[in-house]
Amino acid sequence: MATKSICLYFQVHQPTRLRLYRFFDIGKDSHYYDDFANRTILRRVAQKCYLPMNQLMLELINKNKGKFKIAYSISGSALDQFQRFCPEVIDSFKALAATGRVEFLAETYYHSLASLASESEFRHQVQKHAARIEELFGVKPTAFRNTELIYSNGIGEMVYDLGYKTMLTEGARHIMGWQSPNFVYTGETQPQLKLLLRNYSLSDDIAFRFSNKGWDMWPLTAEKYVNWMKDSAKEGDIVNLFMDYETFGEHQSADSGIFDFMRALPDAVIKDGTFSFVTPSEATKKYKPVAGIDVEDPISWADEERDLTAWLGNELQSEAYKKVYAMTEKLAIVNDPELYNDFGHLQESDHFYYMCTKFFSDGEVHKYFNPYDTPYEAFINYMNVISDFQIRLDEKRAALDVKETAVQELKIPARTVRGKVAKKK
Amino acid sequence: MRVLMFGWEFPPHIAGGLGTACEGIVKGLAYNGVETLFVMPSASGDEDQSATTIINASDVPVDTVSETVEEYLDKVKFIHIGSNMIPYANPEEFGKLIEEEKRRQVKDFSISYGQKYKFSGKYGANLMEEVARYAMVGGTIAMQRKDEFDVIHAHDWLCYYAGIAAKELTGKPLVIHVHATSFDRGSVDNIDTRVFAIEKKGMEMADRVVTVSDLTRNIVITRYGIDPAKVVTVHNAVDFSGRENMHVERGVKEPVVTFLGRITYQKGPEYFIEAAAKVLKRTKNVRFVMAGSGDMMNRAIHHAARLGISDRFHFTGFLRGADVQKMFALSDVYIMPSISEPFGISPLEAMRTGVPSIISKQSGAAEVLKYAFKVDFWDVDAMADDIYALLSYPALADFSARMGYDEVNALKWNGACAKLKKVYESVVK
Repeated sequence: MATKSICLYFQVHQPTRLRLYRFFDIGKDSHYYDDFANRTILRRVAQKCYLPMNQLMLELINKNKGKFKIAYSISGSALDQFQRFCPEVIDSFKALAATGRVEFLAETYYHSLASLASESEFRHQVQKHAARIEELFGVKPTAFRNTELIYSNGIGEMVYDLGYKTMLTEGARHIMGWQSPNFVYTGETQPQLKLLLRNYSLSDDIAFRFSNKGWDMWPLTAEKYVNWMKDSAKEGDIVNLFMDYETFGEHQSADSGIFDFMRALPDAVIKDGTFSFVTPSEATKKYKPVAGIDVEDPISWADEERDLTAWLGNELQSEAYKKVYAMTEKLAIVNDPELYNDFGHLQESDHFYYMCTKFFSDGEVHKYFNPYDTPYEAFINYMNVISDFQIRLDEKRAALDVKETAVQELKIPARTVRGKVAKKK
Repeated sequence: MRVLMFGWEFPPHIAGGLGTACEGIVKGLAYNGVETLFVMPSASGDEDQSATTIINASDVPVDTVSETVEEYLDKVKFIHIGSNMIPYANPEEFGKLIEEEKRRQVKDFSISYGQKYKFSGKYGANLMEEVARYAMVGGTIAMQRKDEFDVIHAHDWLCYYAGIAAKELTGKPLVIHVHATSFDRGSVDNIDTRVFAIEKKGMEMADRVVTVSDLTRNIVITRYGIDPAKVVTVHNAVDFSGRENMHVERGVKEPVVTFLGRITYQKGPEYFIEAAAKVLKRTKNVRFVMAGSGDMMNRAIHHAARLGISDRFHFTGFLRGADVQKMFALSDVYIMPSISEPFGISPLEAMRTGVPSIISKQSGAAEVLKYAFKVDFWDVDAMADDIYALLSYPALADFSARMGYDEVNALKWNGACAKLKKVYESVVK
């Protein structure tokens, strides 16, 4: 058996896009979502990516009899949309789960930035997501990936406390320095938490550069790629290839040959013999960690900076973020399932991403994913929705007519009740 | 008394407030027994002609000038088609260029002679060319109708050349009407010099200059150096006939403080945001709305976010038609913090809707509105005080709303036009 490994993990997420929500709608109409756009986009991506790629993965897993393994993290927001608009996608993921060769990771249900804002909200969303994954795919997740691979020492500690011993993050250059991402590491302040670090160069060769004909390495073949992985892992145990699932068929179109590349990759890897495929939880069992990684300020897998500036980089974003998380306490008192549902969707990191004003180095990517013409429109629309949400929250709060002294007592039971409700589903 | 009037637009197809004012003026003049021939570059045919006769300049070929082309151009030689900006030319070259330019103009004129020119009537890229062509057609119309009017009246700089051409060719007196100046469009050190030159020329050639406020009158006298004796203020009015106030269901419970207009430097949007932040420190029971769009909008959004008030400070983007009325109907306080406003009709609209208004002392409207609250545009403390008081003391809000409603209903064009008629009489021999 090969001593080195490849860990393939795909991120599946679709945001719940907001409709054009005007000042005149505030207090009158509390439906916030653009159902038409969400349905249209989801069905398009399902046809171009999720369904054909799931089919291909299933074939490859069956063909290679246990030698090909992959991992997915599917956000709750994406699962909700699959269920509403395209349930056959869920069935195809269930078929993949049934092979036993696929690991499903835990994440925040709403693909949110809760890990940065509120520990209680973060715990709640992680638990809600894990329960949903177990309900759908029959396995309780054991490895965790945070929204956009956001990680810091503090987040690592929270994740470990939630019962996860494996976590995925970015092999950010400014953190790693001379160290290679091709080993298993641990958290600096929580040495029991094992970390898998994305090999961004090899991951981006597939995710960003694959179809670029101006790239001096174009076209990329499976054999060429295996050689690159061997070069990279000369000193190392594992190559972590983490990328958006929408890379296949959506960001890189089918006629770029991306599906053929993926079809050929397992054969090329197995024939070469240097690597075997592992899932994240297997990887951290197989290899001993080599060192701790100290991350004081959160890192992520986004943009050149690999930091949080794509979501919280300007004053518009921080204002929206502060306003939405300022409501957590009141929401706990009110404890209303409808409000919690909207609150969850309003936390999706994508809403903050749309307000990003970094138009230069990574502007292309931002524009591609953005339903708004300008970050200002995104901000205005979002704040109008938040204003309506605040009104609903305040009305419910007033209706409760709970005295200020009772607030503290109520807070804890509210959380517990909610946890139970989520699990029962 | 009969007037040949040059305008740029006329309801129902209007881009700004000028068209609405022109309609009010011709109706007011008709009430005072003054007949008008209203010339505009591009009429659509659906204009209300009950008070005036509309002449569409796009229908008139330039062909009735009896003299030769050279003579015509000599009389109205200020008309330039196209740009004549020549950087770094020495005097000799410049002289040659001028000769060439003259030949080119004669050629251009010969080409357009006998031709109709299709005006866009908009405020587009070839505005300067349209202004020049409008003057040529204006001159032609004046000659054709020589016996049908006693005085020429031109509105704003777009029409000044047409007015001058008409005066040069017919020898009849010219009144120009200043609704805004270059100094209301840009800051003092950033004005369009070509527009300034046209405005100055128009004011100098006119027998009388009518301004919409004393504020504008002062600008005309001090900035353009015009003899105070020939500058007369006739305050704007507003025609609310046939207008019913809208009833809209409110979505938000809190009182709403509204700014409505272009979000540009002259309108003082930043002072409104600062005042809003001050009010919000005192009470949360209020929402602020900045309705409209403009080159300062993005800056304003950042400004509100930086102050942390974005959940109480809303932007609507550009509002059209019925949404404007809806916005007024949803408002509890209206604010116009303009740094420079020749008149400013929007607080009149607000007060007519029963909304108490706070306006800057640097607006023409402040000269006529007794029941509006007046503050210096830079005095955000006073602005915040007034907003807070109007929100907190119902007696004050009720009183100013009621008195303001009566006040603006009394501001009729009929009165303003009686004054205008006197201006005509002073120049017609």
